[in-house]
Amino acid sequence: MKIASKKMLAGAMGAAGITLAVFTSTAHAQAIKVAKIVELSGGGTTAGTMYRNGARLAFNEINAAGGILGRKVDIAEMDTQSQPAVAKAMTVKSIDDKADVIFGPVFSGSILVSMTESQKASIPNFTGGEAANLTQQGNQFLFRSSFSQAMGMPKVANYLANDLKVKSVAVIFINNDFGKGGRDAIVKELGTRNIKVAADISTDPGQVDFSSAVLRAKQANADALFAYLNEEESARLLRELRKQGYDKPIVGETTIMGAKVIELAGTAANGVRGHVGLTADAPVPAIQAFAQKFEREFKTKSDHNGIKGYFSAYAYKAAVEKAKSTDGKAVAAALRNSCFNTKQNPGILLDVCFDANGDIDRESFLVEVKDGKQAVIATLPPLAKR
Amino acid sequence: MTDFLQLLISGIATGSIYAMAALGFTLLWQASGTINFAQGEFVMLPAFAMLIGLSVGLPLSFAFLVAVAVSVLVLGAGFKKLVVDPMRGSGVVAIVVATLGLSIGLKSFVKAGYSAEPHPFPSVFSEEVFKLAGVTISYSDVGALICAGLMVLGLQLFLNKTITGRGMQAVAQNTFAAEALGINVKRMIFYTFAINAILVAVTALLITPTYLAKFDMGDNIGLKAFFAAIIGGFNNSRGALLGGVLVGVLENLAGAYITPSYKDGVALVLFLAVILVKPDGLLGTPQERKV
Repeated sequence: MKIASKKMLAGAMGAAGITLAVFTSTAHAQAIKVAKIVELSGGGTTAGTMYRNGARLAFNEINAAGGILGRKVDIAEMDTQSQPAVAKAMTVKSIDDKADVIFGPVFSGSILVSMTESQKASIPNFTGGEAANLTQQGNQFLFRSSFSQAMGMPKVANYLANDLKVKSVAVIFINNDFGKGGRDAIVKELGTRNIKVAADISTDPGQVDFSSAVLRAKQANADALFAYLNEEESARLLRELRKQGYDKPIVGETTIMGAKVIELAGTAANGVRGHVGLTADAPVPAIQAFAQKFEREFKTKSDHNGIKGYFSAYAYKAAVEKAKSTDGKAVAAALRNSCFNTKQNPGILLDVCFDANGDIDRESFLVEVKDGKQAVIATLPPLAKR
Repeated sequence: MTDFLQLLISGIATGSIYAMAALGFTLLWQASGTINFAQGEFVMLPAFAMLIGLSVGLPLSFAFLVAVAVSVLVLGAGFKKLVVDPMRGSGVVAIVVATLGLSIGLKSFVKAGYSAEPHPFPSVFSEEVFKLAGVTISYSDVGALICAGLMVLGLQLFLNKTITGRGMQAVAQNTFAAEALGINVKRMIFYTFAINAILVAVTALLITPTYLAKFDMGDNIGLKAFFAAIIGGFNNSRGALLGGVLVGVLENLAGAYITPSYKDGVALVLFLAVILVKPDGLLGTPQERKV
């Protein structure tokens, strides 16, 4: 009798175990697998952490609201260490883990290397990278979350030529894919507007002392300075510009006016102006609501990369719902040559259109840093509307 | 000319901060035969100690005092007791490997415990600038220069003019002879570690506003300080001062008159040149060792 009871107990436990395993496996299979491959250490920590947090906030909201097409989202977060080779390895790992979509990296140099893997696997890959050449490779699975330099720099050059009316500019850029791409784009745009590049100064990723770079910019005696560096380097440059009493207009594109740069540079950031694709200070109620949620959640103000991460998650949701599938090819097709509006998809924050290359078009802003905050001077319409 | 003076002043200010960290290298080497490759992280740790103090509402001056106390306890006594003492007798290589491991461990500890993001750090001096003979000078550069100068000068006076300082020098020169003369060798060695801990805390206070508080902020300062110590002479405290200032000034000049891209290579080139021409460093003296 005792033996029979033991056998029955063992049988019941076995059946329960099998049921649990089947149930768990089914639930797991139903979840949408998201891989976030971002810079959580190294030179891109600021950008990667912001992007990660923005996407995390969005997916928490999406899961709380029932997921996408009724399926929950499982997120795996990976650190590229700001190194392209690691980014590529993490992308391969995500593909092996059957990820449905990849978010990141943010650094142009990293996504340039890693995107070939997601393309081969036909997995949509959102990036925060802004280098112009990213979307010129014919990759049908790469999608930006911000303007490319080819779209942002003409707006900066227009501002320099028409608003500031400068005749010469000193250019300081960071010597990586992001910086070199930006430098090439702005030099080309300045040339077409007959603005002379009085100094062309290269700086290194991770550089801490900008005294000689600033001195060379001062020696050039240009009407304005255009600076295009990553967040930490931008903050250090601004501090050094302040330390050496630089008194000409300092103009940039997005990064140098970012919230993290303002936090790190302190009062030295005041007076910096230029064009930003995304800003938490935009006079847009949806963006302001996002900014409040982000600050409440992460105890820090979101910069443009935080908005990029949040936008990417909701853009993916909109595309999956449009395609009614998480199949990579179907989602990519739903995104290409498509527009999404905030009425149907409030999470994307601004009406947006993706073109055939994965580049985006939407409103953007001219801003100036005043009293440690971005002040929006003007809202620029999407290029397609002009 | 004004540009040159500007570069010179800024270079001396930065170099004097390198010199303080380099001084720590030379002191530890002289007193205990320790080459501390975690010296950069020793600068990083007090910076985060101050940051924690500031985050709980302490003014910078109190946060600094707390950081000094923590530094002396952890990076002075703790480092000596837990890392250097057990390794003594195992040779220089063992200590080098141990401090390299410590360097990685400290970075990981801060990265995991605080965050990998950079954090702003308040400047102890005003960030305003003034003009003198056409040269724009910042109060923070002047402050850093004076502060570092006073630290180095005070340390030199302490080592040369006090009984304790002379005792420390005696231990550095010959441990056995010092012990025979009745000097408390263990205590003198601890004092050296404690002084290094104070030096790194002051270095952190001066350099973090520029470097920003980040777990890997010590990489650069540690390397530059090591080069400065070798260039000046690893067995000479004044050499560390000379090496630090040389590196700071030449980096600035190379960055302005050649290209900023070569700036970080200056210390390495100088280091190689000194190693080839005068292996003991510019002010170092040949050391004889029994084999």
